[in-house]
Amino acid sequence: MSHAADHHDDHHHGPATLSDGFGKWAMRWISTTNHKDLGTLYLWFSFLMFFVGGAMALVIRAELFQPGMQFVDPEFFNQMTAMHALIMIFGAVMPGFVGLANWMIPMMIGCSDLALPRVNNWGFWILPFAFTILISTLFVPGGAPAAGWTMYPPLSLQTSNAFPMLIFAIHLMGISSITGAINVVVTILNMRAPGMTLLKMPLFVWTWLITAYLLIAVMPVLAGAVTMLLTDKYFATSFFSAAGGGDPVMFQHIFWFFGHPEVYILILPAFGIVSTIIPTFARKQLFGYDSMVYATASIAFLSFIVWAHHMFTAGMPIAAELFFMFSTMLIAVPTGVKVFNWVATMWRGSMTFETPMLFAIAFVFLFTIGGFSGLMLAIAPVDFQYHDTYFVVAHFHYVLVPGAIFAIMGGVYYWLPKWSGVMYNETAGKWHFWLTTIFVNVTFFPMHFSGLAGMPRRIPDYAVQFADFNMIASVGAFGFGFSQFIFLWIVIQACRRKGEAATARVWEGAHGLEWTVPSPAPYHTFETPPVVSDAEVTAVHDEPAHA
Amino acid sequence: MATHAAIEDQYFVPAPSWWPFALTAALFVLVHGIVGYLNGTGFGTIPSIVGVIGVITMVVVWFRGVIAESEGGLYGAQVDRTYRWAMGWFIFSEVMFFAAFFGALFYARMYSLPWLGGDLPATNEVLWSGFEFTWPSNGPAALGGAFETIPAWGIPFLNTCLLVASGVTFEAAHHALKEDKRGRTLAFMVATIALGAIFLFYQAEEYVEAYSHLNLTLGSGIYGSTFFMLTGFHGMHVTLGVIMLTVVTVRIAFGHFTTDRHFAFEAVGWYWHFVDVVWIGLFIFVYVV
Amino acid sequence: MSRLMMGLVGMLAAPMALASKWNMPVGVTETSREVYDLHMLIFWICVVIGVGVFGVMFYSVFAHRKSKGAKPADFHESTTVEIIWTVIPFVILIAMAIPAAGTLMRMEDVSGSEMTVKITGYQWLWEYEYLDSDVHFYSRLAPSSDAARQLDSGIDPATVDNYLLEVDNRLVLPVDTKIRFLLTANDVLHAWWVPDLALKKDAVPGFVREIWTKIDEPGVYRGQCAELCGRDHGFMPIVVEALPKDEYEQWVASYGSESMTDAVVDAGTPAATAPTTGPGALYTDKESAVDSDDSEASAETSGETEVAQADASSKPAAADTASGDISKATLMADGEKVYAQNCAACHQPSGKGMEMANFPALIGSPIVTGDPATQIKQVLKGKAAMPPFAYLTDQQIASVVTYTRNSWGNDSGVVQPAAVKAQR
Ligand code: HEA
Ligand code: HEA
Ligand code: HEC
Ligand code: CUA
Ligand SMILES: [Cu+2]
Repeated sequence: MSHAADHHDDHHHGPATLSDGFGKWAMRWISTTNHKDLGTLYLWFSFLMFFVGGAMALVIRAELFQPGMQFVDPEFFNQMTAMHALIMIFGAVMPGFVGLANWMIPMMIGCSDLALPRVNNWGFWILPFAFTILISTLFVPGGAPAAGWTMYPPLSLQTSNAFPMLIFAIHLMGISSITGAINVVVTILNMRAPGMTLLKMPLFVWTWLITAYLLIAVMPVLAGAVTMLLTDKYFATSFFSAAGGGDPVMFQHIFWFFGHPEVYILILPAFGIVSTIIPTFARKQLFGYDSMVYATASIAFLSFIVWAHHMFTAGMPIAAELFFMFSTMLIAVPTGVKVFNWVATMWRGSMTFETPMLFAIAFVFLFTIGGFSGLMLAIAPVDFQYHDTYFVVAHFHYVLVPGAIFAIMGGVYYWLPKWSGVMYNETAGKWHFWLTTIFVNVTFFPMHFSGLAGMPRRIPDYAVQFADFNMIASVGAFGFGFSQFIFLWIVIQACRRKGEAATARVWEGAHGLEWTVPSPAPYHTFETPPVVSDAEVTAVHDEPAHA
Repeated sequence: MATHAAIEDQYFVPAPSWWPFALTAALFVLVHGIVGYLNGTGFGTIPSIVGVIGVITMVVVWFRGVIAESEGGLYGAQVDRTYRWAMGWFIFSEVMFFAAFFGALFYARMYSLPWLGGDLPATNEVLWSGFEFTWPSNGPAALGGAFETIPAWGIPFLNTCLLVASGVTFEAAHHALKEDKRGRTLAFMVATIALGAIFLFYQAEEYVEAYSHLNLTLGSGIYGSTFFMLTGFHGMHVTLGVIMLTVVTVRIAFGHFTTDRHFAFEAVGWYWHFVDVVWIGLFIFVYVV
Repeated sequence: MSRLMMGLVGMLAAPMALASKWNMPVGVTETSREVYDLHMLIFWICVVIGVGVFGVMFYSVFAHRKSKGAKPADFHESTTVEIIWTVIPFVILIAMAIPAAGTLMRMEDVSGSEMTVKITGYQWLWEYEYLDSDVHFYSRLAPSSDAARQLDSGIDPATVDNYLLEVDNRLVLPVDTKIRFLLTANDVLHAWWVPDLALKKDAVPGFVREIWTKIDEPGVYRGQCAELCGRDHGFMPIVVEALPKDEYEQWVASYGSESMTDAVVDAGTPAATAPTTGPGALYTDKESAVDSDDSEASAETSGETEVAQADASSKPAAADTASGDISKATLMADGEKVYAQNCAACHQPSGKGMEMANFPALIGSPIVTGDPATQIKQVLKGKAAMPPFAYLTDQQIASVVTYTRNSWGNDSGVVQPAAVKAQR
């Protein structure tokens, strides 16, 4: 087969770079089947979307800086809210995690690539097209979707020309996620190096395995839900219209059957990253490995039976409300186990605080605060007060920004030397961390107060008594946003190989197969399965490395 | 390295490939076509056609490539396992897609219609007075007007028999293949395809009947919605199944597969059985109950 | 991190200090007090757990660092410990779940109500029908707020009484009465929320939700629509005015046979109908950190000053009027804006309507191309699912009618404000 023969080439000469000419270089990225290339593409895409979604958040925060309408039309504001969330969730966080999975899973379990490399390429390249469709809705008559990322009908059915574009963009993202998830599952189940038993896998691999199952189970449900929206609008069906015997609330049930597991899709890989970083810098094995695995699985299981906690005010039979309240509260138990295990890992360790560790510690602290507010939201009678206020906005930004986003950033700092072969600038990293952490709290902490005091979410303008907190939040948001340019700079420097050369092990306390290959990791690693030594995958390393 | 046949100790990593990108580009064009059509901007037809042709071409190219690699002996046992796992989980994702629509059906029957019909007394009194819960129903506003349903024990039952029979003939073909009886394999495969095709024919006829005589349409309230969406998506899957069956049949005719290595064949079988099982669910919950 | 600490400390101190600004209102019903207590209970439990967990973590961060010569211990599992920290949170959760379940069940029990009000959400106003009397009116954002909230209105929201939290017609209710609300919506989802009553429920088109309240203290309680409902979701407040029973009876009586449209046209509060006993004159807001001097002024002014403001905002047109009829160009330009704000959600910017939702197309519609009087009437009074727009000024209605009659290929002549005025 000629295709297979080409493979030979790149193996010997390495992948094309810009110096080989633009065409060759572009073709390399377009056609690559290499998990590291695709990981890089995913991560850059994610970064780009983070800025785009973030810029939209800044539009929101600018308008909310003070009461009164200053900059945008309310309709445009609603478009920003919906697009911000869709882009952040589907464009920034999910591809970010997939990028890390692409890079790290094969290196962690000792295989040459993902199980289905061409499908992997497909899964990535769908995304730029899907987001082109989604973002171009801003320019069609009637503007972008403005019914929130939750797209509740009947409001979402009032979307004009953007409507089918939204639906198909989501279908495409769904295809991307499902193919990506199948790839991860198959890779983990089928491609582990001999000796890499399931219970020796790094937790990042475990959490991704479980995340992938969640994705396979719920992305098709989202596809079904939006398909029903499409037919309700264009083909006269009445799934969500009482006149025909349907129910608008039915959409919410289907959506949240997807949506709640989705929020754990956005956090489980983060748990995995944090569980990897903390032991490294505590120089101590992860406490309670097995219980971490069981806790992750329990969270995933529970995530399927709690969805209606997003709908307490939509109206449900009381038995259902009680059930969903109790089941939601239960999630605090396995999540608590994880938090306690992280703390126990730090306990009597020998800690140092490089940037990845700082992000991991901030994650444990701030995510838990977000978890506490989640628990408060779970209490149905009180959720009647919290629901659709900024208290909810505060909750989910605490779990998403210092949760998911911090974990991704920590992961990037942690593995960047392995990818690029150079140490990032630690001083700049610390600046980035501290500014980000301070501003994230300045941005989102006041939202608890404005929410409790009665400020609804998704409003472009508000009563004057909410002015102070909003002003603080807006200042924080701009500070947070601009701090990210430090991160951008750091990553670009690393890509340009500017910095001190990194050792193979990189971090003193790091262990796992990925640290046994040189830095930067060669284009192809583990083409023949490595020998997995127990010392490597379970014990702490004491050989000296980059301090 | 990859040019050697049947490498058992090295996992096959395909060379860089432009197929996925081209497939996505074609999908992108297709989406533009459909969007243009739905929005009535008159931009739809050409991109739709180009898109469909592009997608089909790319799927064909891609699968031909995979078949060639497989026949070229590039896939070891591990790759075989990959495809098994992947196909299994792909089918699971399809199950979940159908689950969304079944969920809609159950929700409408168990909750929304009874609520509209008086289980939520206020709804019934204030908004839809006099509406009573029945099934089938096109809702309190009787959207689409009075309609009749398709009796379960006519064509649908026949169709159930056809699909179940096709599952059996497929298994017979599988046994024959394992015993290397190519002739018998082909015969059973042709029978399977024929049964599938007849199923589709009846299904189409049923739709024509529904639209032209029973006034049962997509617009017939929640009954019409769930009926056509469930049977429609199922029908699309049968169509795809028939195409895939045809492809593997042709491959058998070309002498592809061995008695112990024929996963493409089995994968199509899994898919076909899945379509079969969904139909049984449909028959019970859409037609009978 | 120190800033966060300050925030945290602030939150702890909150319930004592600026309650209404930092924390959930205690409210004026038994339910709302229960809910508040539950909220504080869970909050304090979380604080205690948080202090414990973070305390251990930060102790470790400070004490067990390499730079202090800490050597890593090598323990890494303990089933006993895992069981302990599984069971303890579980027990804590049960302790929370029991009172929560009790409160929830009490909240859902609508039995024994003494009166019923039907509430319907529209894009973007509320309709109130008192099912036990013939009180029936629409309630929407007060003109003063409406003028100020326009993009670049030049009006400082701080100068507007109860900015965004005032309506033209308040929902007047008696205290000490178990009131049942039947909640529904006309077009999209809305949610009726008054924090002081701890009452929030979605209004779902085609379905009716039942909720109830029993208000303990007379006063004015403000809330907002709490479910995204389109462009003006942020601008459909709710104002409940709770009166002692006898005054409420008086109010109902004096409301009398007044027709709903008149009430709307007056653009006054219900108080305007019975000025001397007007509630605004008697009670001030319960919970209002910023503007404690509110309701008196606003109840009085919403009738006159604010209308004046609204008029002022259509200045350019007034100039035209002086020279007789308004030019078609002006009407069309204004009409486009009015249309975008009020009509486009249903009839679509394209004028094509939404077949699915039974919003008719205005292109070529017999009403739009026929006698203008029919169309003016429909816009003033509404019809079926279409809400009445009588609160718009004559000029605004004339513009929008003109706009629809001369857009998207329609060509059916100009309508002047005088024609609208004549039909009021
Ligand atoms: C990463 C994403 C993420 C995560 C991890 C979570 C985690 C949780 N969420 Fe959150 N949530 C969202 C993302 C997330 N959420 C989003 C995006 C929305 C809004 C969607 C929208 O409407 O747009 C939302 C909304 C939301 C609601 C609906 C609110 C409303 O609209 O009215 C509720 C209600 O129950 C809820 C609950 C919870 C709970 C109980 C958890 C739990 O998993 C938290 C568990 C963790 C802890 C409790 C802390 C650690 C535990 C211990 C230290 C042990 C001891 C503790 C105790 C015993 C108390 N969330
Ligand atoms: C992972 C998900 C995620 C992330 C990371 C974020 C990040 C942020 N979000 Fe969030 N947000 C959601 C998910 C997320 N959000 C969701 C699900 C909703 C609910 C939507 C709904 O109601 O439907 C929401 C809603 C939401 C609201 C409520 C809107 C409303 O109710 O109307 C607000 C308001 O402040 C907000 C703010 C922010 C801010 C300030 C950030 C910051 O962290 C962003 C940081 C900023 C940057 C990173 C900008 C960097 C860029 C520049 C400095 C400019 C340069 C620009 C270019 C070069 C293009 N978001
Ligand atoms: C909440 C949705 C909604 C809004 C907002 C709305 N309409 Fe309507 N409109 C309707 C509905 C529903 C009908 C059909 C009423 C009927 O005949 O039952 C209608 C009918 C009409 C008709 C008659 C069309 C025909 O052919 O029957 C005209 C004219 C009209 N609307 C103009 C307007 C104007 C002007 C505005 C804005 C000032 C407006 N509408 C705002 C819902 C709305
Ligand atoms: Cu009505 Cu929001
Ligand atoms: Cu949830």
